[in-house]
Amino acid sequence: MTEIQQLYQEVILDHNKNPRNFGELPSCTNHAEGKNPLCGDHIDISLLIENDVITDLKFSGSGCAISKASASIMTSEVKNKSILEAKELFEQFHDLVTCAKDKEIDLDKFGKLAVFGGVREFPARVKCASLAWHTLISAIDNKNEIAITE
Amino acid sequence: MSILQNINEIRNDFPILSEQIHGRDLVYLDNAASTHKPLQVINSISNHYEHNNSNIHRGVHLLSQRATENYENAREKVRNFLNAKSTQEIIFTRGATESINLIASSWGRKNINAGDEILISTMEHHANIVPWQLLCQEKGAILKITAINDDGEIIFEEFEKLLSEKTKLVSIVHVSNTLGTVNPIEKIIEKAHSFGAKVLIDGAQSVPHFKVDMQKCNCDFFVFSGHKLYAPSGIGVLYTKKVILESMPPYQSGGDMILSVSFEKTTFNELPFKFEAGTPNIEGAIGLGFAIDYITNLGLENIKKYEDELLKYGTEKLSQINDLRIIGTAKEKAGVISFVLDSVHPHDVGTMLDLDGIAIRTGHHCTEPLMKRFKVPATSRASFAFYNSFQEIDKLTESIQKVIKMFG
Repeated sequence: MTEIQQLYQEVILDHNKNPRNFGELPSCTNHAEGKNPLCGDHIDISLLIENDVITDLKFSGSGCAISKASASIMTSEVKNKSILEAKELFEQFHDLVTCAKDKEIDLDKFGKLAVFGGVREFPARVKCASLAWHTLISAIDNKNEIAITE
Repeated sequence: MSILQNINEIRNDFPILSEQIHGRDLVYLDNAASTHKPLQVINSISNHYEHNNSNIHRGVHLLSQRATENYENAREKVRNFLNAKSTQEIIFTRGATESINLIASSWGRKNINAGDEILISTMEHHANIVPWQLLCQEKGAILKITAINDDGEIIFEEFEKLLSEKTKLVSIVHVSNTLGTVNPIEKIIEKAHSFGAKVLIDGAQSVPHFKVDMQKCNCDFFVFSGHKLYAPSGIGVLYTKKVILESMPPYQSGGDMILSVSFEKTTFNELPFKFEAGTPNIEGAIGLGFAIDYITNLGLENIKKYEDELLKYGTEKLSQINDLRIIGTAKEKAGVISFVLDSVHPHDVGTMLDLDGIAIRTGHHCTEPLMKRFKVPATSRASFAFYNSFQEIDKLTESIQKVIKMFG
């Protein structure tokens, strides 16, 4: 695969076109807003947390294919996971997109998140991929500030 | 000299244009963000360090004299370039942003009072919004915004209506970095002056493209950055009418801006040194002087003519792409085409083009309120310099079509 095919895998293009869990969640218990100040990407995430489990979540906003697909795949992945599991997943994802280019990574253990394995080749796009995750953590913690990727 | 006929020779003056990017020839269309430097500028900096390096305005030894002379020669080149009356009106800063901050901090704090109004436009760069916001907050003054039409032009009737005896300052961009709109500054300045307001013109995007003349436009303050004018980064210019500068308190204080210091009292240096505290960016100023020599030698009229043709060609080619919408369609434009694609976000366009060796800017271009005005989160922007070629615009067009196909 070329670099560009690795970055924009079919799965990512598909989630960009047909994002899952896109929309509002009026019955949410937690909410956060995320912004990428450099590029103007903007995301809203609403969670329904019951007994420490994320039983439902939705996202809305505007952003590039990478940020939209990341939000879409993230919401599918953390649904019905506990808060602790979601935070662990965030750590794994963060490592996947920010680790050194030459670090050997076992993509298999990342499941559906493995499609973001190409992002680390594009330092300018790491923030696009991680915005949704930072916002998710912010929503879980119910912080009132806007999440940024800095 | 015809730029078209000499384009290869001109391109050879810019070594970076031979860089390979992801294995492709660099196509650099991000000139509104920063321009490249010709060898003449690059060499002037090494020459300074190899032969003349020293501090200025303070040494009796030869190197200091040479450095001082070269630094002050650069100031004279800027004076001539802007057609200012005196080098006393030319202050070296770190860039357009610092120039605006200097005015806000020194002139603004002294002259703006509670209830006064500062008037800017919707298309301002953040650098021409935030300093005034802070000043207004500090003083209880009011920041007013003059509207633009769908083509990205200031609606002059609206502008006139916003002016009153309360208006103390009008601060307007000469050429919009996002839209390319060339604003009718002479008309704006004349009208603002008739209400007694002072006028600041942000010329960061105008000086690289056409001749500006301080006597003709009669503005009170004019700012620009070196790095957008083929000069090094970290050097910029503030032009201010002498009569205004004389009434302004210092901006920063320290060495070089004083005549004498005792623990009881300090007497400030004469203009322009009063506003240049500390050792300045000497090699940056020298480089700026050489950049001005370079473009003066090419001829700003030739540059304008050639870049207008590039802009016309680029606009025609991009307009033919389905799904592509150009943001900023003013009658008077310079050097910039901003666009959005229906199906692809600007960031994805930027990454894809980069892999074809094409450098463009994507994002809000430090003009968030303007993005809101056009109801877009971001745009892609191709911006031209005289070293760009028509073939490079063809490459841009082909690459955009490829992106649309992939995301389609």
